[in-house]
Amino acid sequence: MSSRERILGRVRRALADVPPDDTPYGEAVARDYLREHGDRSVEETVELLAENLADYRAVVHRCGEGELPSVVARLLAERKAATVLVPPGLEEAWLAETDVARVPDRGESTAHELDRVDSVVTACAVAIAETGTIVLDGGPDQGRRRITLVPDHHICVVRVPDQVVSSVPQGLERLDPGRPLTWISGPSATSDIELDRVEGVHGPRTLEVILVG
Amino acid sequence: MSGTFVGMPAFPKAAHEAVGNATLRGNLRHATHTIRAKRAVAVAELDDWVELREAGKLIKDHTLRHLDRYLVQLEESVTAAGGTVHWAADADEANRIVARLVKETGEPEVVKVKSMATQEIGLNEALEAEGIRAYETDLAELIVQLGKDRPSHILVPAIHRNRGEIRDIFRAEMSEWGRPAPEGLTDTPAELAEAARLHLREKFLRAKVGISGANFMVAETGTLVVVESEGNGRMCLTLPETLISVVGIEKIVPTWRDLEVFLQTLPRSSTAERMNPYTSTWTGTTDGDGPQTFHLVLLDNGRTDTLADEVGRQALRCIRCSACLNVCPVYERAGGHAYGSVYPGPIGAILSPQLRGIQSEIDASLPYASSLCGACYDVCPVAIDIPEVLVHLRERVVQGGPVTRDGNKVVLKPAKGHAAERAAMRAARWAFGRPGALRTGQRLASRTRRLHPRTLPGPGKAWSGTRDLPAVPAEPFRDWWQRTNGGTTGKEAAK
Ligand code: SF4
Repeated sequence: MSSRERILGRVRRALADVPPDDTPYGEAVARDYLREHGDRSVEETVELLAENLADYRAVVHRCGEGELPSVVARLLAERKAATVLVPPGLEEAWLAETDVARVPDRGESTAHELDRVDSVVTACAVAIAETGTIVLDGGPDQGRRRITLVPDHHICVVRVPDQVVSSVPQGLERLDPGRPLTWISGPSATSDIELDRVEGVHGPRTLEVILVG
Repeated sequence: MSGTFVGMPAFPKAAHEAVGNATLRGNLRHATHTIRAKRAVAVAELDDWVELREAGKLIKDHTLRHLDRYLVQLEESVTAAGGTVHWAADADEANRIVARLVKETGEPEVVKVKSMATQEIGLNEALEAEGIRAYETDLAELIVQLGKDRPSHILVPAIHRNRGEIRDIFRAEMSEWGRPAPEGLTDTPAELAEAARLHLREKFLRAKVGISGANFMVAETGTLVVVESEGNGRMCLTLPETLISVVGIEKIVPTWRDLEVFLQTLPRSSTAERMNPYTSTWTGTTDGDGPQTFHLVLLDNGRTDTLADEVGRQALRCIRCSACLNVCPVYERAGGHAYGSVYPGPIGAILSPQLRGIQSEIDASLPYASSLCGACYDVCPVAIDIPEVLVHLRERVVQGGPVTRDGNKVVLKPAKGHAAERAAMRAARWAFGRPGALRTGQRLASRTRRLHPRTLPGPGKAWSGTRDLPAVPAEPFRDWWQRTNGGTTGKEAAK
């Protein structure tokens, strides 16, 4: 007998007490928890996102659509970045005012090559205000998962209010489980040494989020 | 489970040794009290905590009650998404499968994400025996691995080590495993974390095979979820060419939507954060992004035996948040190693004896590693009634009775040498059979709490000399429950 059959057989025998007409999934789970917490206007939700991002030590910037290229250029300059990773579908205008050398997101690039790049600029799929989370889904303006992981500096652009939801349930609704997702709440952090929080063990040590709109 | 830690003494003896270690007690006390206080704040932010907890419990219970169906559905979805599913009845089989898969890649080393399932089966040792080196990449696991030590906490496995000890371990051991510790390394957490970053980065960047567990598997979509903080998880999940995930069969949720419950309750219960820094989800393989080969090893190893126990099965709801450890007065004093298992604390006390059986002395003693104070149940985000299972398992130990081992029904004989526990059980049964008496006892304790001594008089003096007497809560849980109607009235609901 294969282990598959053995395990499934054991499961079935273990569940002999469960009646065949057991409550179906749709009725078994009471979902009387909230879809979002608190009563907020759209602007207040964006404000909460900014607050919670900052609380998790992301650096938050806000600007209008027209100012975005200059903000991106300034942040790269402040960081003295010499190279910046660029996902294939990133809006070209966002990098129009910087002369930092672009490195395209390519399948052939080795991890070592990515490790030599200073910064990365991406868009996002959705941002969750209550938890201060941005979610990337590998879309053309976000690129492969590794490009936001290996460089030490990540600039993420969130369109407000369109890409902002209040809560985790609302966020999941907007996401496609078929795509690989990365949920990011602040920069990489550890509390493994006497529970002292230290930012950046393996992921980017600096996360800058630009709220545009 | 692959057995207890080698040479592990039974809980009372191991705990006795641990409480004599003042450094350990100090480290643990600081850590558990800090996380405990932060957790209460994080949980209080959600007005619907009670409802989320109930939903989490119901989702998991429903899944367990139909696990065969969901396992088959998960296998289909993972396969359809480009992954390969393997089934492992026990630790040996899981280790054999993983070793074979690694060998097929021709690689001599793997990078690992922190995973309790792979610790449970002793995967690192099994790979070592096959000439494959497994590198732990979570900072705490790295400390444990370099220190040739065992983890002592689910969430922060090196919680028993202070910064001075960690610096000494890094200085002495890093060069054995790869890049040595930087010259003049001090004991500041920032410098220690930087040393780990440099040491591990060279491993991540060359790694061809990653090994992980998973926090959740979604039957409907075939999606796996890993929740973490440092980014070492993302490194292992996305940089290698091959990814092998070893996951207990109980980690399934039926639908994508179910994650909305657990992604709210897990981080707040665990690290006391609104959300952990990184969560990764993947569904099979994605062209050009991340590992192009994905294997899922579904692990039984005593889980179906646990499932067969109608009272004990609820332990399989556990989402490994570790909240119960941080509130447990016994864990706080004894430390994680005393439990002789990768699952320490209250959850370990009910899970390990079910996964491994209660033949060994340590496993027979684990159901007694508790004061039955109920704090673990209060904080558990999936409402596992740990005290109920403890009492149930104690009865099994002292009276024997029917259990399932390796899929077969057997009748257990009463354990020898448990005369004292038998007497204790009679007393406990008497009290549990008379809710009035139990209630009066608890009320009395809280009303007189100001009079409680810091040290016990008479023969108890030596005992309390090595222990901090637990504070009696201002209000017993059952009074709180009655007053707030199960937490549905007033602000208290969020506590
Ligand atoms: S038993 Fe409950 S509180 Fe303890 S680790 Fe599991 S889920 Fe968390």
